[in-house]
Amino acid sequence: MNELLKDSVYFGFVLTLLAYWLGTLAAKKIRFSLCNPLLIATVLVVVFLLVFHIDVETYQKGANYLQHFLTPSTVCLAVPLYRKLQVLKDNLAAILAGVLSGCLASALGILFLCRLAGLDEILYRSMLPKSITTAMALGVAEKLQAMSSITIIGIMVAGFTGAIMAPVMFRIFRIQDPVAQGLAIGTCSHALGTSRAVEIGEIQGAMSGLAIVVAGVITVVLAPIMAGLW
Amino acid sequence: MKYIKQMTVIAGISFVGEFLSTVLPLPVPGSVYGMLLLFLCLCLKIIRLEQVEETADYLLLVMPVFFVSPGISIIDTYPLVKDSILALVLISFVTALLTMVVTGHVTQFLIRHVGRKSKSGSVTGQDRVKGGEHE
Repeated sequence: MNELLKDSVYFGFVLTLLAYWLGTLAAKKIRFSLCNPLLIATVLVVVFLLVFHIDVETYQKGANYLQHFLTPSTVCLAVPLYRKLQVLKDNLAAILAGVLSGCLASALGILFLCRLAGLDEILYRSMLPKSITTAMALGVAEKLQAMSSITIIGIMVAGFTGAIMAPVMFRIFRIQDPVAQGLAIGTCSHALGTSRAVEIGEIQGAMSGLAIVVAGVITVVLAPIMAGLW
Repeated sequence: MKYIKQMTVIAGISFVGEFLSTVLPLPVPGSVYGMLLLFLCLCLKIIRLEQVEETADYLLLVMPVFFVSPGISIIDTYPLVKDSILALVLISFVTALLTMVVTGHVTQFLIRHVGRKSKSGSVTGQDRVKGGEHE
C-alpha cells in the first residue's frame, strides 16, 4: 500500500479533509465535548495509517500543503483582534496581568509535577514551552536544548485540553467574562484552542488570538529562567 | 477579483513575517510577526478591514483542519518516549487546566473589581456565534 501511494500528492491532502469532514459530522451528531472534530480527525488519520501500513512521510507529502496555510490563518487572527480593539484598550492591564499569571502557573505547575513524577531534567525543559504556539515553542525548546518531539506532544495535549475542556471548565469555575474566557483559552492552548474560541464568540476568538502573542513573548523570557530552577 | 486581492495581501504579510523571523535573532515565528504586522497596518489604516475581511474570516473558519497533520507526527515520536508518555500527557493535561483557570480568574477578577473605562466587554452571551459549521 505504501509503495503505491509514496508519490501521491493528493493522498494526504484528501485523507486530512475527509477525516476532518467526518469529524464535523460526528461532532454534530454526538453533542459531547470530547467529540471535537480535530481530535476525531487526528485519531482517524492515525488509525488509517497504522492499519494500512502507510508511512507518516507518505501522508505528510500531501498533508503538508494544508499545513502551509497555518501561517496565513494565524496572520488573520489580527482581524478579530482589530475588530475588538476597544475591548483590548479598555482591559489592557487586566489582560497583561491575567496572561502573565497564567504563564507563571503553567511553568510552576510543570516544575512541581515533573519533580513529583521523577522525570529527567531534559523532559522538564522540553515541557516548559508547551502552552505556546508550535513555531514559537520549537524556538524556545531549541534554545533550552530540549527534545522538540516531547515539546510537540505537550503542545498537542495542551491544545486539545483547552479546545475540548474550555466550556466545561468555564462552567465549573464560573469564568463568565468573554475577555477572561478568550485569554484563558489562548494562554493554555495557543492557536489550536483559538480555533475553538473563534466558535464560542468573536470577543473570545480575538482575545485568544491576542493571548497567543502575549503568552508567547512572556514564555520566551520566562522559560530560560524557569529552566534554571530545576 | 476581490478574493485574489485579499489573498495577495494575506500571503504578502505572511511572506514579510517569514522574512522577519529569518532575519531577526528572536525565537518568534513568522506567523506571529505577520499577525502583529497586519494588526499594526489595520490600526494605522494602511490596510482597510474590507481589503482582507472575507478571506480572513474564511481562513479562520477552516483553521482547525490545518492542525491535523502536525499532530500525526505522534506516530514517529511515540516509540522514543513510551515509558514516560503517560506522565507527560497527564502533566500537560493538568497544567493546561491550571493555566486556563488561573488566567481566567485573574483576568475576570481584575476586570470586575479594579474597574474599566467602559462596559464594552462585560456582556456574556451577547457575543455568541453559531459553532460547528465547517463544511
